[in-house]
Amino acid sequence: MRRAKKSAGRAIIYVLLLFWTVISLFPIYWTVTTSFKVAVDVTQGHMIPWYDYTPKWLGWRSLGLSPDTIFTESTVRSEFLFRFQNSVILSVGAAVLGIAIGSLAAYGLTRFEYKFGPWRNKDISSFFLSQLILPPVVLAMPFLVLYKQVDLFDTRIGLILIYTLSVLPIIIWIMRDQFAAIPHELEQAAFIDGCSVWGAFLRIVLPIALPGMAAAFILSVIICWNEYFFAALLSSTSAKTLPVMVASQTGSQGINWWSMAALSTAAIAPLALIGIFMERYIVKGLTAGAVK
Amino acid sequence: MTDVMPDVGPVVDDQPIGIAMHGVSPERRRAGRWLVWLATLGLAAIVLAQILFVSGVTAFGFANWRPIVYAWLVWSVVIAAGQVIVRGERGQRALFILPAVLFTVAMVIFPTLSGFYIAFTDWNLSQLEGRHFNGLDNLRSLFQDAYFWNALGNMVYYVLAVLGQYTIAFGLALLLNADIHGRKFFRVAFLMPFMLSPVAVSWMIGKSIMEFRFGPAAQVARFLGWDSPSFFTTPMIARAAVMAMDGWVSIPFVMVLLLAGLQALPGEVMEAAKVDGASPWQAFWKIVFPLTLPVSVTALILRIIFELKLADIVITVTDGGPGGATDTISSFIFREYRERSNVGYGTMLAQFYFIIIIVFVTLLLSLAARVMKRYS
Repeated sequence: MRRAKKSAGRAIIYVLLLFWTVISLFPIYWTVTTSFKVAVDVTQGHMIPWYDYTPKWLGWRSLGLSPDTIFTESTVRSEFLFRFQNSVILSVGAAVLGIAIGSLAAYGLTRFEYKFGPWRNKDISSFFLSQLILPPVVLAMPFLVLYKQVDLFDTRIGLILIYTLSVLPIIIWIMRDQFAAIPHELEQAAFIDGCSVWGAFLRIVLPIALPGMAAAFILSVIICWNEYFFAALLSSTSAKTLPVMVASQTGSQGINWWSMAALSTAAIAPLALIGIFMERYIVKGLTAGAVK
Repeated sequence: MTDVMPDVGPVVDDQPIGIAMHGVSPERRRAGRWLVWLATLGLAAIVLAQILFVSGVTAFGFANWRPIVYAWLVWSVVIAAGQVIVRGERGQRALFILPAVLFTVAMVIFPTLSGFYIAFTDWNLSQLEGRHFNGLDNLRSLFQDAYFWNALGNMVYYVLAVLGQYTIAFGLALLLNADIHGRKFFRVAFLMPFMLSPVAVSWMIGKSIMEFRFGPAAQVARFLGWDSPSFFTTPMIARAAVMAMDGWVSIPFVMVLLLAGLQALPGEVMEAAKVDGASPWQAFWKIVFPLTLPVSVTALILRIIFELKLADIVITVTDGGPGGATDTISSFIFREYRERSNVGYGTMLAQFYFIIIIVFVTLLLSLAARVMKRYS
């Protein structure tokens, strides 16, 4: 009796798990399969490739990424690749810059006592973390005005600076937690050996904190890659990113589902891969500082 | 913010810990001070020259303000170097925090100041005449703007939806924490939506799965007896559809935090509960829930803070429609910028919203601190 109840409970658990797996993955499955459909398959609601429809390269052809168009000239493809390149440069650039200054600040905040007038470590930390509540709308227009003045509008470096600002609180939060977990005795031993503060940091602490930095880096890349608001308002041609391209296509009526699906698939593919292979780091980054 | 966040470990005292302090000679200190003063004067002179040039007093200046940015960079480097020269070892420590401080100050202070200025002008990019100071006019029209208050009302719904996300996420975290096979697979699958850009999700779900003719969601709805399913024409349903998409993207975030909280629970506690004959339901409310409360509070607060910025999905799927039913403050202001080029008024709305957020988050944090105190 008891065993029957227990296995019934396990069955329910697996049913619920599978149900949510379908909810999580169906939109991705739908998008990927739709990119291989033609009009008939869409209107008749075909779902399973090779079973109720034959996959066609129509959607990918419109992007210039199908096997027969990959070696020919394609304006859409060069447009897409340009946006893709922008997205990579922006998100990696912002993540690197953010990690560099964020890790330094986080290390300083966990190891030394600072005083800026009445401000102590706690206040400085709050100052950094409070940037998290700053909504993009508040900064968007002032940045537009300022960037036009300093000639940073529609430049990659301009967007990199803004993205760095928006991921910096998260990086500092994660890295503060990482550095706090490293015992101070390690550095003290290095000091006795004659290391300077920076020498101890670079040679002893940094290598230990690398996994934490990787987690913060990946999380920052995800956030920047998906950012839309600033990219839409602060770029016109040369700094546009993939989400802006996807959004502009979404708005236009009459765009084919298969082309849109191909574009969406290409836009989410890099992050889906990161999600599959770097899950450990993402979870580490998300939970740092939140769980003790 | 720090109140609800876990404390950072002990801090090494400011006094030298076994380091040989290199004495800084008075000459070196004086030279450092001179350097910092010189750089500050130089920066001030360049800024002043540019202001005079722009206002037409002098004929010599730069075509745009870009050189001021470089001057700021040079000044920052000199300030950092000055710290080391003047204060030696202690200056080296300040060097850790200076880049982030200088960066954040430059990136936040100037836009905020210019934001407050813009908010009190009648600046419209589509008009030929430039900006004028118009006092409290923007604030006055804000109080009469039914669309703004409507959007603010919608924000209440969206923030309340976070509780729904939290409930589902807790359920999922409990499932993943159960003794199951293939946990790694389920964890990756459940995390997937979090990776995707809200803009792509807008098309994947909002524009195609929820499309009223061929979308799978519409077909399922028809199968269940809803004759003419349309997800974005009735206000309540449209809002629910946006919440569903937003939830789909953000539930994994809450779930990951709660799962980590559950995994950090000591095993003995659960064993003890089992021995005492507590039912799973009792064990959850008496033990699991109170023990994971700190994680729950952190997750909820972070989620609410992010929810207050909700914009991408609304902008790309409904554009605030039907009749403003799905509008968030951010999407409303976005349209004010994009379609009406109404920079002055839009900025006033944004600044006003920012003040509301600060008040709201402060209240939320003190409430959270009180809840935590009662349970610990």
